[in-house]
Amino acid sequence: MSNTIIRVENLSKKYIIGHQKEGVHRYKALRDVIADGAKSVSRKFLKPSDKKISNPAREEFWALKDISFEIKQGDRVGIIGRNGAGKSTLLKILSRITEPTTGRICIKGRVASLLEVGTGFHPELTGRENIYLNGAILGMSKAEIKNKFDEIIAFAEVEKFLDTPVKRYSSGMYVRLAFAVAAHLEPEVLIVDEVLAVGDLHFQKKCLGKMEEVGKEGRTVIFVSHNISAIEALCQRGILLQHGNLCIDSNVQTAIQRYLEEATNNTNATLLEHRRDRKGSGKAKITHFRVLDFLKSEVTYLQSGNDYYLEIKYANTTGKSLKNIIVGIAFKDEYYNRILLLKNKFTGSSITLDKISGDILCFVENLPLANGLYSVALSLEDFSNELIDQIQDASTITVDGGNFFGTGSYGEPMFCKILMKAQWVTN
Amino acid sequence: MAWQGVENLQVIVLSDLNLSMSHNSQTELVIEAGRTESQYWKDLWRYRELFYFLAWRDILVRYKQTAIGVAWALIRPFLTMIVFTFVFGKLAKLPSEGVPYPILVFAAMLPWQFFANALSECSNSLITNANLISKVYFPRIIVPASAVIVSFVDFLISGMILLALMIWYNFVPDWRILTLPLFISIAFAAAIGAGLWLAALTVEYRDFRYIVPFIVQLGLYISPVGFSSGIVPQQWRLLYSLNPMVGVIDGFRWAILSGRAQLYWPGFLLSLGLVTLVLASGIWYFRKMERTFADVV
Repeated sequence: MSNTIIRVENLSKKYIIGHQKEGVHRYKALRDVIADGAKSVSRKFLKPSDKKISNPAREEFWALKDISFEIKQGDRVGIIGRNGAGKSTLLKILSRITEPTTGRICIKGRVASLLEVGTGFHPELTGRENIYLNGAILGMSKAEIKNKFDEIIAFAEVEKFLDTPVKRYSSGMYVRLAFAVAAHLEPEVLIVDEVLAVGDLHFQKKCLGKMEEVGKEGRTVIFVSHNISAIEALCQRGILLQHGNLCIDSNVQTAIQRYLEEATNNTNATLLEHRRDRKGSGKAKITHFRVLDFLKSEVTYLQSGNDYYLEIKYANTTGKSLKNIIVGIAFKDEYYNRILLLKNKFTGSSITLDKISGDILCFVENLPLANGLYSVALSLEDFSNELIDQIQDASTITVDGGNFFGTGSYGEPMFCKILMKAQWVTN
Repeated sequence: MAWQGVENLQVIVLSDLNLSMSHNSQTELVIEAGRTESQYWKDLWRYRELFYFLAWRDILVRYKQTAIGVAWALIRPFLTMIVFTFVFGKLAKLPSEGVPYPILVFAAMLPWQFFANALSECSNSLITNANLISKVYFPRIIVPASAVIVSFVDFLISGMILLALMIWYNFVPDWRILTLPLFISIAFAAAIGAGLWLAALTVEYRDFRYIVPFIVQLGLYISPVGFSSGIVPQQWRLLYSLNPMVGVIDGFRWAILSGRAQLYWPGFLLSLGLVTLVLASGIWYFRKMERTFADVV
C-alpha cells in the first residue's frame, strides 16, 4: 500500500520554436504556409540534389528533459527555478493542458489546477453566476458549489455585489472572488501557480493561510512561484528545475539555498565581455560587474541597510575618450518588475570613459532592498541618449538578512521589496 | 430572470452527482504522449457539467446589454424572410410549390440561419475561449459544441415565427412534420462537422476569421433559401446537392410543407452522405489538432 499520489517518469516536452526573419508573427497565416510550400516545391525542382536542408527557421527546444519524481499524499511541494526553467510547462502537463512528448505521469485522484485566478470569469455575468461558472471550470459539481456557496462569498467579502456584473467590480474584489472559488475546491491534488502575486496584503495573507490549511488537511499541494518567501512558508519539499532538468529534490530549505546559489553563479559565470545578448552601438563594452562592500572587497550576497560599491568595468573600442556618458544600473525583482534605477545623471555626476578601459564605481548607501533575488541590468548611453551598450540580466544579486530598520525586522519581503524608514507618531 | 437558467439545470446535475462522486476518489489517471485518445470519450462524459455551464453562459451573455434582448433572434430572420419573399416571390416571381411564399422561405431560413450562426460561432469559439484553453484541461470539443447549442436555442426561438406564419396563413402540416426532428439532427450534424473543421483551422490559421463570414454570405445564395430547389434544372440537381445544406433544407421543406416540395432522393442521399463525411472528418481533424491548441492559441 503506497501512498504515492503522483508519479512522474522520464517526462520530456519538446517545443518547436519558429524564428521569423522579420517582425514577430505569433500566428501562422495561411499566406505564409502557402508561400513556404511553394518555396520548398520549387527548391525540389531546382535543386533536386540536396535533399534535406534543415530548416533554419525551426528549432527544437526541450522545455523539460527526462524529469522523474514522486509526490506522496499530503506533500506540499514547491517548484522553483528561473524563468524558462520549465516550471510552467511541468504544471501544464500535470494539469493536462498540454501533452508530454515522451514519458508518463500517473496521478491518483482529482487534480485541480489554479494556473491563474479568475480563469473563465465572464465580465458580463454577475458575481453569483461567475461563482457557478468558475466552479464548473475548475471541476466542481453544481451541488458542491451550492454547498460551499455561503462560505465562498464570506471568504471573498463580496456579499453586497453578488448580483452585479463582475465587470463593475474593483480589481481587488474580482481577485478575491476568484481566489475564493478556487480555495474552496476540495481536490486530492491542488496545483497553484503564482496566484499570490495579486490582491492586497490582507488578502494575500488570507490566501496563504487557506493554502496552509489545505495542506494540513492532508491534501497534496504543488506550488510554483518566484516568490521564495512564499514557497518557504508554505512547502516542506522543494524541487529545483534548471533548463528543463531536475536539479534538486529535497527539503525546501536546501532547494532554496541551492536556487539562490545557482542563480548567482549562473549569471556571473559567463563573463560579461563574452555575452552576446547585448544591445547598443558597441563603442564601449561592459566587461565586468561586481558588488563590493564598503571596504572594497567583493561580496557574494548583500544585506539590507548596508553600504556597497557597485563596480562596472568597461572596454572602450573607439580609442578616444567618451565624454558625458550616462551609466544605468537597474534592479528587477523576481517578477521582472524594475523596482530600482540608478543613473549618474539623476545625481548630476558626469562620467567620462577612458580611451582604453577602466572602472566605474557607484556608491550606494543604506541598501533599501528586502530579502530576495534581483536581476541587474546595465547600460551605457551617451549624452544624446544613444545606447552604447546594454545587458539585461547582467548579474543576479541576492539580498539575505541585514538590519535596515535597526530593529531586526526584515520587513515583509514576500509582499514588498523596497524598504524605507518611517517615523510613527500618534496625536 | 437569467438566474432561472441555473435552477433548471440543477435537476439534471443532481441526478448525476452520485455517479461522479464515486469515481473521483478512485480513478488513476495516466498522462502520456498520445494517451488521451483512450480516455477522451470518458472524459467528455465526466465534463458534461462544464458543457452545460458553457452553453448556459453563452446564452446568458448573448443578449446582455441589448435593449430588446432575445427579440433579435426573431427580428433578424423575420426581416430577411420579408426581403426574400419580396425579391424572389414578388419581383422574380419564382414558383412557390403551392404554399405561401413566406412559409416556403421561412422553412428554409430556419435551418440555414441555424447552420450559418453555428458556423460563425463555432469557428470563433476556441479563440474567444483562449484563456480557458490555455489554463484548464477539459475535452476541447465542448467549446465548439456548446457554441452550436447556443445557435440551436436561437433556432428554437425563431421557430416561433414559423408557427405564427402557419397560423396566419391557416396552413396545417400533415404527418410529415413528425419527421422534422430527423432533419434537425442532420442540420446539427452538418453544423457541428463544419464547425469543428473551422474551429480547429481558425486556431492555426487566423485567415479563417475572414473566410467564414464570406462562406456564410455566399452560402445564403447558393443554398435554396430564397427559392425552391425545384427550379434547379434536373441535370444539375445532383451536382447542386454537393452542397450539404441543400439536402437539409429540402428535407425541412418536405417535412413542413406536407410533401408539396418534392424530395429529390438521390440528391438528398448524397447530401446526407456528405454531412456524415464532414462530421466524421471534422471530429477526426479536431481531435488531431486539439493536442496542440494550448500551445498554439
